Amino acid sequence: MTPSDAGDAGSTPDARPQDVRPVVEMTGISIEFPGVKALDGVDLRLLPGEVHALMGENGAGKSTLIKALTGVYGIDSGEILVDGEPHRFSGPGEAQAAGIATVYQEVNLCENLTVAENIMLGNEPRRFGAIDWPRTRRRAAEHLATMGLDVDPASSLGSHSIAVQQLVAISRAMVVDAKVLILDEPTSSLDADEVARLFAVVRRLRDQGVAILFVSHFLEQVFELADRMTVLRNGTRVGEYRTAEITRSELVSRMIGRSMEVLEDLEVRTEHTVDAAQGKPFVQAVGLGRRGSVQAFDLDVHEGEVVGLAGLLGSGRTEVARLLAGADRADTGTLSVKGTPTRLRTPRTAIGRRIAFSSEDRKAEGVVGDLTVRENIVLGLQAERGWLRPLPGKQVDEIVHRYIEALNIRPANPDALLRNLSGGNQQKVLLARWLATAPELFILDEPTRGIDVGAKAEIQRLVSDLAARGMAVLFISAELEEVVRLSHRIAVMRDRQKVAELTNTDSVGVDDVVELIASGGDR
Amino acid sequence: MTTLASSRRGAPSPGRVPSVGRRLRVDRRYLPVVGTLVVFVLLLVVGGARYDNFLSVGVLANLFINNAFLIVLAVGMTFVILTGGIDLSVGSVLALSGVTAAYLLQAGVPAGVVIPLVVLIGSLIGLLVGAMVHVFEVQPFIATLAAMFFARGLCFLVAPESIPIDDPTFVALASWDTWAGGQWRITSSVVIALVVVAVAFYLLHYTQFGRTVYAIGGGEQSARLMGLPVARTKVLVYVISGTCAGLGGLLFAMFSRSGYSLTGVGMELDAIAAVVIGGTLLTGGTGFVLGSVLGVLVLGLIQTIITFEGTLSSWWTKIVIGALLLVFVVLQRLLALRRS
Repeated sequence: MTPSDAGDAGSTPDARPQDVRPVVEMTGISIEFPGVKALDGVDLRLLPGEVHALMGENGAGKSTLIKALTGVYGIDSGEILVDGEPHRFSGPGEAQAAGIATVYQEVNLCENLTVAENIMLGNEPRRFGAIDWPRTRRRAAEHLATMGLDVDPASSLGSHSIAVQQLVAISRAMVVDAKVLILDEPTSSLDADEVARLFAVVRRLRDQGVAILFVSHFLEQVFELADRMTVLRNGTRVGEYRTAEITRSELVSRMIGRSMEVLEDLEVRTEHTVDAAQGKPFVQAVGLGRRGSVQAFDLDVHEGEVVGLAGLLGSGRTEVARLLAGADRADTGTLSVKGTPTRLRTPRTAIGRRIAFSSEDRKAEGVVGDLTVRENIVLGLQAERGWLRPLPGKQVDEIVHRYIEALNIRPANPDALLRNLSGGNQQKVLLARWLATAPELFILDEPTRGIDVGAKAEIQRLVSDLAARGMAVLFISAELEEVVRLSHRIAVMRDRQKVAELTNTDSVGVDDVVELIASGGDR
Repeated sequence: MTTLASSRRGAPSPGRVPSVGRRLRVDRRYLPVVGTLVVFVLLLVVGGARYDNFLSVGVLANLFINNAFLIVLAVGMTFVILTGGIDLSVGSVLALSGVTAAYLLQAGVPAGVVIPLVVLIGSLIGLLVGAMVHVFEVQPFIATLAAMFFARGLCFLVAPESIPIDDPTFVALASWDTWAGGQWRITSSVVIALVVVAVAFYLLHYTQFGRTVYAIGGGEQSARLMGLPVARTKVLVYVISGTCAGLGGLLFAMFSRSGYSLTGVGMELDAIAAVVIGGTLLTGGTGFVLGSVLGVLVLGLIQTIITFEGTLSSWWTKIVIGALLLVFVVLQRLLALRRS
């Protein structure tokens, strides 16, 4: 499928740059934040009827470039041409008026309103100056139908899955007859069927002549969907390529500035030695459960062992993590830490038992955006010492520099505000904060979600190293491949219940885990 | 019963378990308002059962007449709370508007000038608050707290003592009433309050401004990214609330035939209580202006019942309102929790 697609595309786009005028042409865009040069003279052009992928690691400047185009950020220098006319948008409203619509990773719609209201918000048809509700609902229903979406326009948006909300957001973009549709990580929380549905819609829009800017960390999806791509690295443009003319490994090495071999070196597979699983158990949960959250389960994590939690989204993976981390209180069962029965009432008691929990919701439950990298890293350590005994400045500097270097946090500036860092680097800072408290059990909930290949490999290696040094690790990820690669043992969750557990050997593969999830453990 | 409901619905969406709420066909968003309506009816039943002439039309008409100013305040407050903000200044602005009206009328300024002027004072203070909230990103709580002290201080600057109003035009307007069928007496203040409610309903549900108010309450960042005029709307809700407070001051002056700088102390809290009891979430985004009207009527009914009881001190009103408020807030929490 993909090669023939690319072959077809190969004949026409060659001529395109000469005949077809780009809808959007950005040249020499530079943006600087305090302490961070986010973009440095970046060019980007979008052609009508093409899907253009914007590629780069976390922190390469993809989000910043999008926000520059949509007027969320002002640009320090450079020029934006839309249909050949110079533009400088002062906000998303102006960009939309010029035909540039955006669908963000976190769906930016209002959950308190209905689907129809969200689609038409700001563009409702009027009669005698008043919103014409029957017509508004009808138009919304029409837009949903053209997307092939079968949802009740009068239902509240919050009652639908993220995938449907994502498609509703695209319907909304099409209400304004967008010439340019920007999709920022639209697939990061969708399953395979939902991705296929989204792509069908995107292709239809492309064929109608819409220019689509697509940002995703999933290389496969980019190669499946994009006609052309622009690669960014560290705020500068590496180049523009036709998808048909670049291989995956070439793309990756351009994104990270290292060759593929180096990257493969980073991709560790944990040694499945027997003795790792035979360290002393650090936590033992027996019949641990919480009503309405997860059914009673047994789980041990030994010292020096990585236990992977596999399962679909909403299968109860996070709920298990929260019970072990004291974020939720268990109704039933017992939990022993190093053989001593313990009740974890709050995360604070868990931290006192040397259990660290890195939440999947990095923004809300993890980092503090308005503090600097330095402050974020020492936050956990300082909290443990108590605020009356501040860490000596020299020690802080030493710790901060050690982790910035060890985890390759970029920019390597301890005084940069955390919210100015990219997602992957924020994640690294969060890990650094917990590592600084020297935990004995590290619970990692989706530490690699929404993170580029390079950072992902670094985090995987870190997990493997930590276990090798005797730390107990509970590793949760939606990417089964990653779970299988890193874990000594894998617990499988389904429908808020632990259904199976298997010891990982070299012969265990993703398929085995998938089968366990599908069969619910009784095969 | 079940078959009837499902046949009317046509094909229900697959994979959904029909719940009680679904069978009764009450949209979840209306549930809090329906709760308020139930309380209202219950209070009527209790009052009707205990006291002989409680359910007379006169009592009900008085409910509107005595609470017209509070209805207007609650309407303005609804706009602000829907955006997730709060307005603590309305009680003081109401007093300022009333005192200024009384003072100017006593000085011989014609009512035709005074009336629009005092309403504009409210709008102006609202505009100042809105500018503080928007331009300087001051928390609405703080900005309106400042406005509350500011307006209260201005009251004393205008006149520390109570000033009676005897301007003939104003008195004529205040005492105008009509019998709207049978025993229903409608005064000018009730007409004004109902017009305000109607205008607010239209604004919230039939204009882009109103939709933006709800969108901001649902998520300010989202609303901004959807390209809605967030800044303008945020300023406007405070202007509306201020205008309503100015108008409320006028209604209160008509009600009491005087202006006094100590009126309306704590009245902003009554307005907030009415809005919350009326089913509007303090977090914004959910609620209806008609719910707030119902909230005011519930507060008024409680007061009426306690007056009818005769032996109870009027402080019982506060105790009952407090208890009711608590029940409603807990109920809203439960609804929100069930949703998530």
